[in-house]
Amino acid sequence: MTAALSMNTVEAVQPLVQARNVHKAFGEVEVLKGIDLDVAPGEVVVVLGPSGSGKSTFLRCINHLEAIDRGSIVVAGEQIGYSLHNGRLNKLPARAIAVQRRQIGMVFQQFNLYPHMTALQNIIEAPIGVHKQSRRQATELAMELLARVGLTHKADAYPRQLSGGQQQRIAIARALAIKPKLMLFDEPTSALDPELVGEVLTTMRDLADQGLTMIVVTHEIGFAREAADRVVFMDDGIIVEQGRPDDVLGNPQHSRTRAFLSRFI
Amino acid sequence: MTQNNRTMASPPRGDAEAALRDVANAHKPFRTDRWLLWGITLLIAANFLWIVAHNENFGWPTVAQWFTEETILRGLYVTLGLTVVAMAIGVVIGLLLAIARMSNDRLASSLAGLYIWFFRGTPLLVQLIFWYNLSTLFPEISLAIPFGPTLASWNTNDLITPMTAAIAGLALNEAAYMAEIIRGGLLSVDRGQIETTEAFGMTRARALWRIIIPQAMRSIVPPTGNQLISMIKATSLVSVIAMADLLYSVQAVYNRTFEVIPMLMVAVIWYLFITSILNVGQGFIERYYGRGERGSATAVRKQEQVVVAEISAMVPECSK
Repeated sequence: MTAALSMNTVEAVQPLVQARNVHKAFGEVEVLKGIDLDVAPGEVVVVLGPSGSGKSTFLRCINHLEAIDRGSIVVAGEQIGYSLHNGRLNKLPARAIAVQRRQIGMVFQQFNLYPHMTALQNIIEAPIGVHKQSRRQATELAMELLARVGLTHKADAYPRQLSGGQQQRIAIARALAIKPKLMLFDEPTSALDPELVGEVLTTMRDLADQGLTMIVVTHEIGFAREAADRVVFMDDGIIVEQGRPDDVLGNPQHSRTRAFLSRFI
Repeated sequence: MTQNNRTMASPPRGDAEAALRDVANAHKPFRTDRWLLWGITLLIAANFLWIVAHNENFGWPTVAQWFTEETILRGLYVTLGLTVVAMAIGVVIGLLLAIARMSNDRLASSLAGLYIWFFRGTPLLVQLIFWYNLSTLFPEISLAIPFGPTLASWNTNDLITPMTAAIAGLALNEAAYMAEIIRGGLLSVDRGQIETTEAFGMTRARALWRIIIPQAMRSIVPPTGNQLISMIKATSLVSVIAMADLLYSVQAVYNRTFEVIPMLMVAVIWYLFITSILNVGQGFIERYYGRGERGSATAVRKQEQVVVAEISAMVPECSK
């Protein structure tokens, strides 16, 4: 139902993310071979694909952690890393890129919490330091977010004292604290013990239900089926197939998609 | 062998045996050899102290008499001041050099590389003498536009006193070493942490200050403690440019009184005393930057204990 709704709105409003003909190579190895993807505001896109298909690289290109070689990616009207001025495209200096990135939240496979800070300090770091909020305001929001991920009692714990699942939920709260227009999830459950995957996926499903725009790279087919508005299947640097979860997962058109999915059944 | 057979033959263990086997009640055997070794070591140490204390050539009364004499304390003050100032300047310049060395900017990185190459590659003593005799190379120092007009100029002899020569020499040399130590520390920080600061749109300065440097400190502090201790001793080199540090003051006295060894003992005891205090301070700093590590402070101590125990399995009691 939600899928149908957002599919309709795609044409109606300006896409939040607009990727055109994205190419990326590491040395000789061509990782992305022309990716086109639009993501509408409020849409949850789950990117599936075998290891080495380029899905993580594509995600990292969206906020310019990796520079692309050809094509363009525009997020909320901004081309991250570049400025178009009088018909001329200029590369931006690091400081300006930092400013552009501030509307995109990111959650990493290895959590990447700051180990020398408590959970609360991790969450308020960017709101205070980057978004210039007052400490009180940032702390209030952080406590709200901690409650939302169910970790209020761990506010003063250091990352090392938390389980992997708890660390990842703190990392999600940290990314939400900057009130992002777009959230990127880079295999958020891949580094977790199987019994801890559920708590993180539950948190992410809540976010999806609340209308946050999310691009999720994952191996969790179940999450794709339940939470995604659209599933994108990538292999060998291209988008092989995309559509509603039921269609792509239930009735894949392409043999490579079928081969990939057969491993999960 | 027989023990093995008996365990295997015995029927399923009852509660009584389980209680006996509870490792919580295990006893540590009395090790005669260990106690013997301790005894012998302490005996030798006591004997050595006795010999030193009763050797009149050390001139202990002279040591005691001069230990807190004003000229000595003034020298000590100079040594400490020089160490603190040179180290502070060295750390700041070293940090800038390390950042420049690691930057993507080719110009900055090669200039930093050149600096480190030069100041690490020449003896500190030579550098100190060069700074002290700078006026023979450049009688006048001026601020000017390259190949253009002069904006301001100073007489080098007014600028370079023993004090400024000593600070410049020690600090600039220290900066080269600190740059490499800090660079190593920055490299030790997980790449993912740097990426995270980028993803959150932090400026590089803030990322360094708030996220990268605090984590790098764990591997920067121990070698810096080392540097600080060698700096205290390196300050004794400034006695060649007539700077009245601790060693110079001591030398001034024994050049008059010819009590060479007692006066050197005064300096040695002071150097050891300062170094001991620094060691304690370093421990505190390491514990501070180790927070957030597994089990926090106790874990660091435990780790050290393990290392100590591994190195000297002979004397496990020595680690407190």
